Amino acid sequence: MLTDSILSIVTFTPMVAAVILALVQRGTDEAAQQLAKYYALFTTTVTFLVSLGILFQFDPSDTGFQMVEEGEWLLGLKYKMGVDGISVLFVLLTTFIMPLTILCSWEVKTRVKEYMIAFLLLESLMLGVFMSLDLVLFYLFFEAGLIPMFLIIGIWGGVDRVYAAFKFFLYTFFGSVLMLVAMVTMYAVSGTTDIVTLLDTQFSSEAFSVLGVHIIGGLQTLLFLAFFASFAVKMPMWPVHTWLPDAHVQAPTAGSVVLAAILLKMGGYGFLRFSLPMFPVGSEVMAPVVLWLSAIAIVYTSLVALVQEDMKKLIAYSSVAHMGFVTMGIFAANVQGLDGAIFQMLSHGFISAALFLCVGVIYDRMHTREISAYGGLVNRMPAYATVFMLFTMANVGLPGTSGFVGEFLTMMGTFQVNTWVVTVAASGVIFSAAYALWLYRRVVMGDLIKESLKAITDMTAREKFLFAPLIFMTVLLGVYPSLVTDIIGPSTAALVDHYDTALEAAKAATQVASH
Amino acid sequence: MEPNIQADLAILIPEIVLAVFAMLALIGAVYSKKDDAAPVMVWITATVMAVLAIYVGVMESGTHVAFGGLFIDDSFSRFAKVVILLASAVVLIMSQEYMTKHGLLRFEYPVLVSLAAVGMMVMVSAGDLMSLYMGLELQSLALYVVAALRRDSIKSTEAGLKYFVLGALSSGLLLFGASLVYGYAGTTLFSGIIQTTQDGVSLGMLFGIILVVSGLAFKISAVPFHMWTPDVYEGSPTPVTAFFATAPKMAAMALFARVLYDAFGGAVGDWQQVLVLLSALSMLLGGVAAIGQTDIKRLMAYSSIAHMGYALMGLAAGTEFGVEAMLIYLAIYVTMNVGTFAFILSLERDGQPVTDIASLGGLGAREPAKAMAMLVLLFSLAGVPPMLGFFAKFAVFTAAIESDLFWLVVIAAISSVIGLFYYLRLVYIMYFGEEADELDSHAHPVLWGLLMISAAAMVLGVFNMFGVDTAASAAAATLVQ
Repeated sequence: MLTDSILSIVTFTPMVAAVILALVQRGTDEAAQQLAKYYALFTTTVTFLVSLGILFQFDPSDTGFQMVEEGEWLLGLKYKMGVDGISVLFVLLTTFIMPLTILCSWEVKTRVKEYMIAFLLLESLMLGVFMSLDLVLFYLFFEAGLIPMFLIIGIWGGVDRVYAAFKFFLYTFFGSVLMLVAMVTMYAVSGTTDIVTLLDTQFSSEAFSVLGVHIIGGLQTLLFLAFFASFAVKMPMWPVHTWLPDAHVQAPTAGSVVLAAILLKMGGYGFLRFSLPMFPVGSEVMAPVVLWLSAIAIVYTSLVALVQEDMKKLIAYSSVAHMGFVTMGIFAANVQGLDGAIFQMLSHGFISAALFLCVGVIYDRMHTREISAYGGLVNRMPAYATVFMLFTMANVGLPGTSGFVGEFLTMMGTFQVNTWVVTVAASGVIFSAAYALWLYRRVVMGDLIKESLKAITDMTAREKFLFAPLIFMTVLLGVYPSLVTDIIGPSTAALVDHYDTALEAAKAATQVASH
Repeated sequence: MEPNIQADLAILIPEIVLAVFAMLALIGAVYSKKDDAAPVMVWITATVMAVLAIYVGVMESGTHVAFGGLFIDDSFSRFAKVVILLASAVVLIMSQEYMTKHGLLRFEYPVLVSLAAVGMMVMVSAGDLMSLYMGLELQSLALYVVAALRRDSIKSTEAGLKYFVLGALSSGLLLFGASLVYGYAGTTLFSGIIQTTQDGVSLGMLFGIILVVSGLAFKISAVPFHMWTPDVYEGSPTPVTAFFATAPKMAAMALFARVLYDAFGGAVGDWQQVLVLLSALSMLLGGVAAIGQTDIKRLMAYSSIAHMGYALMGLAAGTEFGVEAMLIYLAIYVTMNVGTFAFILSLERDGQPVTDIASLGGLGAREPAKAMAMLVLLFSLAGVPPMLGFFAKFAVFTAAIESDLFWLVVIAAISSVIGLFYYLRLVYIMYFGEEADELDSHAHPVLWGLLMISAAAMVLGVFNMFGVDTAASAAAATLVQ
């Protein structure tokens, strides 16, 4: 009984906990704040432990959806949850990261209770995105997550938080309403919102004209573009990435961590779950464009990262570059590409979270993120310097860290499809080494000259504890990647197979039609 | 068929009860110190309405036609009536404290609201152009007076006058259209008109249809017939604005659906284009014009224009599901508006009502519960999931797409982003805007309760919509055959 609805239990535990916290707790004194923190930490930890049950029950050799729950909902829609090889690790990534974000918010002083409620709600909504098997249910979770994030940036953010919060919300919402139109169209065409059924539905790919524009791939291309509008913004892809640096800079550390580690992955997950399998013809038509956009993103944002003066902004641009590898891998549409994309997303989840936490550590001490305000930290903070070094290297993609595997696999996958794109993207790897190492040099190395830094203290036990699991995961996945690929492999292989068959079927159909 | 007066009257029991109640109250008022009894009267009227709503909603079933087709009682009209009666009752109890405090609670107020409600009930049950007009005018005349209830205020008088003049114009258009329709169909009965429109629409008939549609578009304040709305919303006493924003919208929209399907159901292609245009313009203008507003009542006026655009989208679909979507949309819209106006009514500084948006600054920190409820309502109005407002939009989007109105849906999607901006602005002011002078933290328990209930409904409705969808689907099925 309990194991039958494990997905719902994992999804809604944080939400229920948030409601209880909202209704029960009174008072804003020190003790109440402390209690709220421990309560949130406890809840997220329990959620993580329970979510391990999903991993244990999961059978990688089964490429279908597992642990499926289904129930009637309103307006003829269905409440349907399930995981497959593509989504299961994102669920675990989410539950893994959340306790860390709570732990890194230990220094939050204002409106602690609301803060914890927002994060708990956010966790439920993010988990729902990765598990829902109904279009509208997916959209519900996908969009609802904006509300707590909007408040997190807006209430606990930096100086320009209002601008960042609005930009974040409006950008993503605009992309998503177009996706909603596409979803409604799919519902009207196929008569169902069940993702499992839709995965086997062939949408028309017959070319037609809209306002004189000839659309190759027809309905599929239009649907693809509508979904693309949403996921590309979420991802974020160049040139619609500009909300991300603003949001990252203004968000509190924990907000940045969640944003980089989990929220961005929704875009990639969306491509894998919807775009590729449901609109194969549309994907094929648009793949060259997406590949080039990815390559441009990798090079361009790496160069932009090079000249940043704000540490968080630099890491934000680096995130955009790394997401470029993900989209590149996905639209290479072969097994290596897809495996690499998922691997890169998971690995980036750990690495970017750690990098934002690294910024958080010194921000908590000096209250500035200006790179020029630091220098020579290694003299006073040896432990910090070591940790930062490790994640800088992982970010660069040093072999032995998880960052390497993802970049290598995606490039290998894309190489089979488009050599030029890979050539451009590979040069981005060099730039990424440049900006990451230069950042490290400016902040950590050298002599400690600045007066204000003379009294800075090294990481506390809490902070060290915070990094331990991230270090563990980064190195573990770096030296033993098949831990991940064994789980995702069968599902990605099935996805590629499905994609190729659908393409061939569509091609055969057009040939028959043209004769 | 042998006319059977008794059976006919039995069908009209709810309307008769409410009308008789209003008249008895008037007579009673002559013999009492009338304004002292007004607060009690408000509660009695609200109770009568609530009881009638239960009676209409629970006790009756099937389709009955009275007076040879003049009056139709079916599950469509019952759905609309339940919403109308409940909304009127809720608005009445919501206004009691405000009106008393500002010396506006005259005995006539509940009586006028009841008469307006009777008018609306007749509207949604109309089966003939004559009964349509009768209901519409009964409603409108009562509304003109309540708009100008604050006699000593220039703005309120202006609101009443503006509403009256433009309302009369729209009634004129409607009547002109009705006479053309009568001229070309030879009957005022909907069931007769639909037979003549079945096999092609003549040019004169088309003119008639369009004039009738224009007249009705005035009543729901669809663009380009919306000019009166912001001024009337701003000038009227806030509880009256709350009333305007809820029950009459449901009534006019239901009447709209009734006329389009029962009378002009054979000419869907002819009126569909008109509705698409009305809908698109309303959504866009409602969204864009609201951005610059600084008065929350004016903002809600533009918001209601935009919402009528979305509801019209369901109607423009021209399908059974379209009507269902429209009914769901309005039921949810009315609930959201009740909560929003309860919130607006609770905004006071030193006992004086405040409608300036900037005065909300810092509310999120001072009164977390109230601000949180409003936040839920605002996101619901914007159509952000998981609030119920999203499902309202989802329903009309689906209906429109199923009728191949792609462009309309794209426009709706873009307008909902524009709309989101101004709802977000309110959230921003409440939660991270500049601190404004403190507002009175006191809120009447009734307002507090309504705000909380409607906000909770927006969230909890995600589970099963409280059965509104099944009721709406049954209602739509009887209208569209």
